Amino acid sequence: MFKSAVIGLKTHKSRSILTILGIVIGITAIILVMSLGEGMQNLILSQIQGTVGSKVIEIAPGREPKGPTDFLSMFSDSLKQRDFEALMKKGNVPHAERIMPLVFGSESVAYGSETYQATLYGMTDAATRMYNINVGKGRFLTEEEIKSYADVVVIGSKVKEEISPNEELIGQKIKIKGKNFRVIGILEKKGQGMLIGFDETIIVPYTTAQQYILGIKYFNHIIVEADSEENVEKTVRDIEITLRNSHNITDPEKDDFNVSSQADSIETVSTITNIITLFLIAVAAVSLLVGGVGIMNIMLVSVMERTREIGLRKAVGATEKNILAQFLLESINLTIIGGIIGIILGASFSFITSLILSRVLAVSWAFVFPVQAALLGLGVSAFVGLVFGLYPARQASKKSPIEALRYE
Amino acid sequence: MIEVKNLRKVYCNEGVETPALRGVSFNIDGGEFLAIMGPSGSGKSTLLHILGFLDKHTKGEYLFDGKTIDDYSKEEVAHVRNRKMGFVFQTFNLLPRATVLENVKLPLLYSGIKESRWENLAKKAIDAVGISHRINHQPSQLSGGEQQRAAIARALVNDPQVIFADEPTGNLDSKSGQVIMEILQKLNEEEERTIILITHETYTAENAQRIIRLKDGEIERDKIVDHRRKADHYIK
Repeated sequence: MFKSAVIGLKTHKSRSILTILGIVIGITAIILVMSLGEGMQNLILSQIQGTVGSKVIEIAPGREPKGPTDFLSMFSDSLKQRDFEALMKKGNVPHAERIMPLVFGSESVAYGSETYQATLYGMTDAATRMYNINVGKGRFLTEEEIKSYADVVVIGSKVKEEISPNEELIGQKIKIKGKNFRVIGILEKKGQGMLIGFDETIIVPYTTAQQYILGIKYFNHIIVEADSEENVEKTVRDIEITLRNSHNITDPEKDDFNVSSQADSIETVSTITNIITLFLIAVAAVSLLVGGVGIMNIMLVSVMERTREIGLRKAVGATEKNILAQFLLESINLTIIGGIIGIILGASFSFITSLILSRVLAVSWAFVFPVQAALLGLGVSAFVGLVFGLYPARQASKKSPIEALRYE
Repeated sequence: MIEVKNLRKVYCNEGVETPALRGVSFNIDGGEFLAIMGPSGSGKSTLLHILGFLDKHTKGEYLFDGKTIDDYSKEEVAHVRNRKMGFVFQTFNLLPRATVLENVKLPLLYSGIKESRWENLAKKAIDAVGISHRINHQPSQLSGGEQQRAAIARALVNDPQVIFADEPTGNLDSKSGQVIMEILQKLNEEEERTIILITHETYTAENAQRIIRLKDGEIERDKIVDHRRKADHYIK
């Protein structure tokens, strides 16, 4: 039965190839999207993991964003010095290894006649251990400098290149908001493709940043590092209880802060990339639909052309079921062949893209052969063949043998 | 084996009724070689289709092996066609891209016979019509006579009781036609198969033992052939 279906297809090779083009394009697109989506997700996740330690917990002002308006509250001033002090009490958050206030803004840096708009971070000496910050030249901030509101700055490699490409900067003064800061360290270069990096940042003691640069009394974030990964969840709860006490909040629904661990960030990123991938797959699926209609069209033509063959088969003993099965198999064969070609093409394109991306962006974009997507693609193409082949196959099976034999 | 009583067939086309058979009665015994003759429009093709279970009659009675078409389900009708009847058509109706062997195997596909036996059965049938040397050729590479012989092999492959031949020599030159008639005679005499032949040529019909002449859907004459033609001296 299968053989006779294949014979039928071979008979019209070029037409069959054109017919399955829609399926090929649809499956190619789906494989490409799924494979690149997975690659992108892995890249972002590896960057989160590479930048922020898995024990790091972030406290942001405003409640957990659930809608667009909630994002505004992220810029509120609800995290204050007394919150920091409450968290610092060992009894409140016993598993906190380190706690660091974080302030940030966008400031221009000037050195001689050169200026550069950089991201400013106010941090403490704990930052290097919480984030993956490597100082290339010089040193990072010290505890002493935090306490003394020192005018010192550590700058990212990009900032250094922009304001002083050739000259040594360690020990030199640069101007931030009209105030002189002594450069004490330059960070190692991270590379262009990094989504989260410190290449374009300037880091000063948070005390100095609050007092002399940003002019604020609150913190943008408070960062806590738990003593072990197992204690992250417990620490998140301890932080929430401490801050609710400090803010006199009894109803967790009314929290004016939100606490998230790396696991939460990873979940958020996964959710977003999955939604994007799904959306793109839906677009690609339209092509499959069009391809399916093409299959139906060509199968109907084929049924017409082969009326005599159908009549003959019936005359020599084929039942309606036999004929139905034959034409369904033909159409499923067509779409599965299309699906296989699509999977090969999609995987190849995705492989080439991963090569280009890792070259151009200098990131480690690993090619992932999407096994799940390939299986899904096969299933979907068989399904398309079944659905769009059913009507033509029924038409074929209903033909009366004598009408069919008389057909010229 | 075949009993036909007062058989009628009316075609209905957009409300217009056209009678094709107006009450036909005859019997055919197993092992008979019968020719049905008549001018075009006489109802001979309609009769053949009804006898071959390809179409249903409107009125009257048709018994094949003691049963009517209504005793069978659609699937069983297909099975009877497959196992008990063989068909040979004027236009051969071979699958163009398949070889002779594949074409002859076609009825086996629907027979329920184990696939391992197909090759032997098909080769035996091809051998019986004398085109073993053409087994892997496609129909387009064969002469008309060879194509019709392949079609007879296809009709034979399931070892049917009856072979229906609808103008089998109509598209052939007289010499090839004689070869086909000789094969049919041989199948009738040596293997005792019932042959029902449709033709409009008296010359061809005289190869049979008996001729039924149809005119306007009725039997004009039903008689035994006195001087039966033997086709065998034409070949080899």
